[in-house]
Amino acid sequence: MANKTILTGWGRTSPSVAELLRPEAEAELASLVLAPGGRGVIARGLGRSYGDPAQNAGGMVLDMTALAAIGPVRDGYVTVEAGVSLHRLMRELVPEGWVPPVIPATRQVTVGGAIAADIHGRNHHADGSFGRHVTALDLLGPDGVTRTLTHDDPDFWATVGGMGLTGVITKATIRLLPIETSRMIVNTWKCRDLDAVMARLAEADVAHRYTAAWLDCLSPQGRGVVEGADHARQGAARSFRARPFEASPGFLPVGLLNRHTMGLVNRGLFVTAKRQSVQVRPLASFFHPLDRVGHWNRFYGPRGLVQYQFVLPLGAEQTLVKIVERIRRSHAASFQTVLKRFGPGSGGWLSFPTPGWSLALDFPTTTKGLAWLLDRLDEAVAEAGGRVYLAKDSRLRPELLPVMYPGLAAFRERRRELDPRLVFQSDLARRLSL
Amino acid sequence: MKNAFGEPQSLLLVGGASEIAMATAMRLVRRRVHRVILAGRPSPARDAAAVRLAEAGATVETADFDAFRVEEHAKVIGDVFATGDVDVALVACGLLGDTDLDPLKAADVAMVNYVGAMTAAIVCAEAMRRQTHGALVVFSSVSAGRPSPRDFLYASAKSGLDTFARGLAGALRGSGVHVMVVRPGFVRTKLTRGVTPPAFATSPETVAGAILDGLRAKTQVVWVPGILGQLMRLPGSLIRRITG
Repeated sequence: MANKTILTGWGRTSPSVAELLRPEAEAELASLVLAPGGRGVIARGLGRSYGDPAQNAGGMVLDMTALAAIGPVRDGYVTVEAGVSLHRLMRELVPEGWVPPVIPATRQVTVGGAIAADIHGRNHHADGSFGRHVTALDLLGPDGVTRTLTHDDPDFWATVGGMGLTGVITKATIRLLPIETSRMIVNTWKCRDLDAVMARLAEADVAHRYTAAWLDCLSPQGRGVVEGADHARQGAARSFRARPFEASPGFLPVGLLNRHTMGLVNRGLFVTAKRQSVQVRPLASFFHPLDRVGHWNRFYGPRGLVQYQFVLPLGAEQTLVKIVERIRRSHAASFQTVLKRFGPGSGGWLSFPTPGWSLALDFPTTTKGLAWLLDRLDEAVAEAGGRVYLAKDSRLRPELLPVMYPGLAAFRERRRELDPRLVFQSDLARRLSL
Repeated sequence: MKNAFGEPQSLLLVGGASEIAMATAMRLVRRRVHRVILAGRPSPARDAAAVRLAEAGATVETADFDAFRVEEHAKVIGDVFATGDVDVALVACGLLGDTDLDPLKAADVAMVNYVGAMTAAIVCAEAMRRQTHGALVVFSSVSAGRPSPRDFLYASAKSGLDTFARGLAGALRGSGVHVMVVRPGFVRTKLTRGVTPPAFATSPETVAGAILDGLRAKTQVVWVPGILGQLMRLPGSLIRRITG
């Protein structure tokens, strides 16, 4: 291999070696796909998936970030190349009065990655996931031919959430959301236990476009802070000034994040939160507080972090309560614990969001008993009809995947029809037999 | 592929299902291994091992591997790797020698313990180098390099394999492949029943535990029990007296 590079996901676990190439034109991309070697190829965006979907041990990984052209906005739609980041899209389009239809917790993702993982944001209950707002996408197949897919084509829905395994997404047309200002009106409610958090979140979903709750999961009650926000209608002009990274820590002491420091920080955040407040905040500060710190994943030490996000169907609230209690009792400390209610799914065969309660947690990989704990949580989630998020997974037992994703059988079959030699390969695909 | 906790998901047992290999396999299956390939001669023992592993939850495949037929090794093991990545391969071809010096029997001991194990390990190593990950576990013995009148045929073959495997580890440095040499002392198994165990005798379960620890820590040489590694600084004659 020429450009042998060690790659990991954002969680920095399971490194693997691949030949990393950065095609600068679509023709070059197609020629690389046509000569995949013995171990196949996978597209990679900005590497924000936590686990291994953008890695390909012994094979080729295509860095898509050079293919990042943004077309003009026409009637609220924009056609972009897949390597463009949401950061750049926001920087270019916010002053013109548009935002991406779905804004995840970091702007450092590419449009191709957003479609492949069918990402969601705090507006999922109102607007659904990213794939729903993509009206057309260009998919480069293993034969080097690009097809344009729309909602009528089943392959569109195999690709939305398909983790890059149906081909390389090269372009997409996205429906944008018009905004009048670049400010957010943010309502905050402090809730003293998990029941109150859930009730408040359900109420906030009715009134606000963007909602989520942050949980202090080390507290015995499962207390938390609920936020409900909307784009401000009038007042400030539209501007977007956030830099990609505002600070990047150089040296970090190992084990800075542990149960005690996390408990302290979480308690501090809860105590200092106002009981109820309304604030006006800039877009970036509301959506992406963590983007201010470049490589915040390094705080978790050299062994990295394991993200765990699952969704449980509505009606499985008891399971959610039990899981939160189980995590608290295990003394596994999650630094950022976010609860969110999802609306209807997009229709992607392997798309994660389904109606219900989603909880996202992150743990240092070295947390004692973590592998065992997460295996037990998987079982509870699967039993309740829920599922875990592939863009965050790095350790799921493969046998549970078909239980969690009823669309998996169809996906496996279609993937092998589209790509009989399995040119599109990733560590995730091998680990979970996708 | 290994997961975020470094736990392997697929396992290849080359040379059949000895008690040590099975103890290791069962432990790995209880964690994350769900695909096991038993490469050995067709036999009731292989079938029984397949049933045990399947009952523990593994998907078991078999491959007809014969340590003597070195010309087939590339094909038999190559086919295993062609159907999916192998995270851990245990090379456990073993044949105990006799004390009488029959040249043909001696050749068999060398063929199984050294030549066949070496060719199988080379094929596994090459396939793992291509997949850029994997752990290759080679069973040596504490007797490698320390002959006694009772087992020097076996010891000489294991010496060759041990030297080869340590060299292979060096040759594969930077490739992502982890080569681990396991040197157990006297192991109490069905084969050694009736023999009075010497000091520091160990069990298949203990060896299996040491192998799992070694896989996690990416150790190059594993002694079982670990204290044998310290004892090896003593003169050879003294060691043989202690370990039998």
